[in-house]
Amino acid sequence: MELTREEERILAGEEGEARQRAMRLLVVLGKIFGAERMIRVRSAQISGVSYRTIGDAGLEFLEDFAEAGAKASIMATLNPCGMDLRRWKRMGIPCEFAEKQLRIARAFARMGVKLTWTCTPYYASNRPRFGQSLAWAESSAVAFANSVLGARTNREGGPAALASAVVGRTPLYGLHLDSEREPTHSVEVRLKPSNDLDYGLLGYLLGKSLGGGVPLLSGLGGPSLDELKYMGASAAASGGIALFHVEGVTPEAKRKRFDGRGLEALEVDGKDLDAIKDSISSSRDFDWVLLGCPHLSLAELRTIAEAVRGKRLRKRLMCFTSRAVRADASKRGYIRAIERAGGLVACDTCMVVSPLEAMGIDGAYTNSCKAAHYMPSLSGAEAALRSLRDCIHAAL
Amino acid sequence: MPPSKRVLRGRGAVPGLGEGEALVSPEPISFLGGVDPRTGLVIERGHPLKGLSVAGKVLVFPRGKGSTVGSYIIYGLKRYGKAPAAIVNVETEPIIATGCALAGIPLVDRLDADPLEAIRSGDRVVVNGDMGLVEVETK
Repeated sequence: MELTREEERILAGEEGEARQRAMRLLVVLGKIFGAERMIRVRSAQISGVSYRTIGDAGLEFLEDFAEAGAKASIMATLNPCGMDLRRWKRMGIPCEFAEKQLRIARAFARMGVKLTWTCTPYYASNRPRFGQSLAWAESSAVAFANSVLGARTNREGGPAALASAVVGRTPLYGLHLDSEREPTHSVEVRLKPSNDLDYGLLGYLLGKSLGGGVPLLSGLGGPSLDELKYMGASAAASGGIALFHVEGVTPEAKRKRFDGRGLEALEVDGKDLDAIKDSISSSRDFDWVLLGCPHLSLAELRTIAEAVRGKRLRKRLMCFTSRAVRADASKRGYIRAIERAGGLVACDTCMVVSPLEAMGIDGAYTNSCKAAHYMPSLSGAEAALRSLRDCIHAAL
Repeated sequence: MPPSKRVLRGRGAVPGLGEGEALVSPEPISFLGGVDPRTGLVIERGHPLKGLSVAGKVLVFPRGKGSTVGSYIIYGLKRYGKAPAAIVNVETEPIIATGCALAGIPLVDRLDADPLEAIRSGDRVVVNGDMGLVEVETK
């Protein structure tokens, strides 16, 4: 790999131990992926922050790295962790878990990372622009940033994203290159997805049947940002998809008019989505409704608030969003409406990274295929898939 | 039979020098849930190395698998003094490479001979991560 003089200096340890360690990791990854050089990145989104997933080994690494003087040199934001950092008792989180999670929070704070705790940084303070280079972990945010915003990032691991936050660089390979952003598959959608769940199922099907690659979808009308969010999140959960194009909708497809001819082709109809749903959705009835994987947008919180305002929920409803979006929703009265009806709007966490089994939740209604994918293996809980509106009706 | 020496050439992924007795796994290794960072023992059910310690060994296996948190487990092994002296992969991937880079464990892959056949558990092995060399001394 060709390094600049400044990069060589960092690698030689002339700017301190932490920057040296960060650069060393990026050089190793660059070498493995055949990168010619480093590029500068605008922001980093760091995953692997829940004590539930990284355990003591991860916690100790983060504390050691902070102790070694690691400091973010660009905007760096954080994925959700294992609990609402202010209202964890109300969520039913055990004390020992909370203590470890708070140590992780302190380590990131020492490193100058913004404690945003959200998988939708693009709805909060970290919204990239078209063409910007990023080092983002969190597969759903990667899919959104690449596909919907036209920014450029590979699917980073947690340590690599943190290293990029420290030295402001990433190796130039993969989705940072024009050639790797061209579609590899053409997907003809022969149904009209009618809600967020349909889009999630469509994404799940893409991830599962293609494994990876860059699908170019045709036949979709005008999906909302939230619908694209669910599609990307589930395509990234069931497979390794980090970028998709939708004809006439996503920014690169609008600018470039990709030619789908000659690509490996796939057709999807309503029966395919039903089959996917049957394979990941439970048919049991549950006492819980869990919403917010990825984190709920302001528009979704409004939908929920309007549906439950002045009513009393029969089931237990937990909604997950970022602190930034919750503050906006609070100003508009959405939070009060949901919590007066008996729901809880938690921040900093979600149903995938919080310890559901310790909270006494063995299954729930949800609109998230990503959650349905991870809940069984991470916490032994099942998911019954419904659209957002049907989830709310199930709770009423 | 006198001991024979052989040098394999490949790609130095993580720099550094490591030396030890080889421990060879024909199967990929998932560090998260597969290796206990505090004891260095392989704990994955049904794994060919189950019950053996990776501490101080030159660990030879095809590639990593499983969760990316495995990188932190490799770091944990180093922190508790139970890390392998070096790792040799057939073809490495980001989980193992990240873990080795964080922990400073030399890592070499893409050798000119299949390391799973050229190296036997118990051989004396020297790994040079700067130059991508693996020296094997068969007993």
